[in-house]
Amino acid sequence: MRARQRGSAAVRAAAAGWPGRRRRLADADLSRADRILRTVLLVGTAVPALVLLFITAEMVLSALPALIYAGGDFFTHQLFTFGNLYATGQSVAHGVRAPLGASYGAAPFIIGTIASSAVALVIAVPVSVGAVLALVELVPRPVQPALSVFLELLAGIPSVAYGFWGVLYFGPAMAQHLYPVLTRLGVVLPFMRGPVGAGEGLLTTGFILAVMIIPIIASTTRELVRTVPALAREGALALGMTRYETLRAVTLPYIRSGILAASILGWARAIGETMAVLMISGDLLNTLPANIYSPFSSIAATIVDLLDSALTDPTGMAVHALAAIGVVLLVISLASNLVGRLLIRRVALGALPVGRGI
Amino acid sequence: MRTSLRGARDAIFWTLCAGALLLVVAPALAIIGSLLQQAWPVLTLHLLTTTTAVDGLQNALLGTLVLCVGILVLAGPIGIAAGVYLAEFGPPARSSWLRLGSETLAGIPSIVVGYVAYLVLDEELHWGYSLLAGILALSAIVLPYIVKTTEVALRQVPTTLREGAAALGLPRHTTLRRVLLPPAIPGIASGLVVALAISVGETAPLLYTVGFSDNNPTPYLFQHPLGYLTYVVFLNATLPTRQEHQVAAAAGVMIVLILIVLIAAGRLIARRAARHAARMAN
Repeated sequence: MRARQRGSAAVRAAAAGWPGRRRRLADADLSRADRILRTVLLVGTAVPALVLLFITAEMVLSALPALIYAGGDFFTHQLFTFGNLYATGQSVAHGVRAPLGASYGAAPFIIGTIASSAVALVIAVPVSVGAVLALVELVPRPVQPALSVFLELLAGIPSVAYGFWGVLYFGPAMAQHLYPVLTRLGVVLPFMRGPVGAGEGLLTTGFILAVMIIPIIASTTRELVRTVPALAREGALALGMTRYETLRAVTLPYIRSGILAASILGWARAIGETMAVLMISGDLLNTLPANIYSPFSSIAATIVDLLDSALTDPTGMAVHALAAIGVVLLVISLASNLVGRLLIRRVALGALPVGRGI
Repeated sequence: MRTSLRGARDAIFWTLCAGALLLVVAPALAIIGSLLQQAWPVLTLHLLTTTTAVDGLQNALLGTLVLCVGILVLAGPIGIAAGVYLAEFGPPARSSWLRLGSETLAGIPSIVVGYVAYLVLDEELHWGYSLLAGILALSAIVLPYIVKTTEVALRQVPTTLREGAAALGLPRHTTLRRVLLPPAIPGIASGLVVALAISVGETAPLLYTVGFSDNNPTPYLFQHPLGYLTYVVFLNATLPTRQEHQVAAAAGVMIVLILIVLIAAGRLIARRAARHAARMAN
């Protein structure tokens, strides 16, 4: 008898259609086992959110002492040094003590991070969109999955393998063949002037980062292109438009904001990329890049690079300083992810990849 | 005249697009090609029988596999539970917050995860270089992917099945186990495959959490470092000799091979899922 009642209520609830209402009605009918299951599942669901809060809180707390010590200089100064870790005296600023001569100016890292990922974005967006259009429009349907494998491969190849390739093959080749040619653009764009260096620097890193984020932008764009109503496109073609004009008039306007969202997500991935940047950037500290070929260092690469030596600081301030630049990275990442996700949600595509193109 | 101009613009545009497609395919081929070319002389069974202390990769390969198992054991159940809750149980308002939390977690740079894991687990809790710290750090990175794919997989199960189960008076846990999960399993499995692919390729969250060891993995969760493949690529690429570069490339080749197996598995699962969906629709 009881079971039948439960069933009928659930049916009534299901008939109501709208999920929220259905759930609230069905709630009363959950058996004891169901409630236990729901609680266990809720605990699991809370894990990612709690981990997110924990990591953010831990970073901010860990960063505070160094941020107080550096004050406004943190964003403007170029000198990032842990100071003399063996000196007897200490530097004191804003009531916080650090090793003698310690200075936590993060400007070169912040600029290097943003510049390299901006270069990556400038290259990756047109290439991704163009490649997807070619894949969908030009490649015969049976061959498409075979070519899509390359997107999955690019997404899956580890960043250290990108670094290996970039530092041993790609960088030197570019510095030898392509960059000398690019310096001719220096007439119009001053930052393109030489010297071109040995191939470890902003532009090489930008290229590699571009390849790494292409899968994200491309796989999202591929899903978007498939959502374009066929009728509208066929109508445009029937009016005598060329395929290019159809694209401009119908397809692109339809998917534009989705591409923007995917680009923001790709950018967020590029600024957080660590190992490839560490291997290819040339790892130049305390100096702003002189041109687009010059070595630099990013926030993520610096954290990996300096954490070892930061641990030897007896005041512990060096570790806080790395957390401070980490917080900058975290804030930029989270902000751009949030914006990208809200945009994607507006385009209403539930099944899009969460952040990497796989 | 005007028509030919339009035609020319069309042709130029699509040529550029084809060029862009080439720019996607070429780097993948170039990277794998250069890895193979470097690694070729050392790609022998010797790699599998000796450790990095000599010039093999046995410990690194085993370490990577151990990390993968750890991910499946720890992140797998939690991620699937979260996905099930979001798809089947959560009230919409609460779900959307929890979902946002999970998706935002995916946006945290892996080095930040590694840094916090190192400070809290290895240092403050005195775990030392520890396998568990590495698994926890990697889990934080892959969890959102498992959550997302599980939720999407369950949402794709037709509502009529839920209604049918409800009409039969089945309790929710039985509905879940007998009706909803079976068709969703391929989707969930592909989420786990993605999680494994990420774990195999990550370096930054592991560097300071599990450290590195030239010895084969130990059964200890704490105080014992672990070797893994990506570290060998990173370290040996920065070392000077050709021999070291070759071992780095060989480690890269192994990762790519694992990756290809995972991609193939993913495709197989997807195909099975498509067949299942077709049967469902009839």
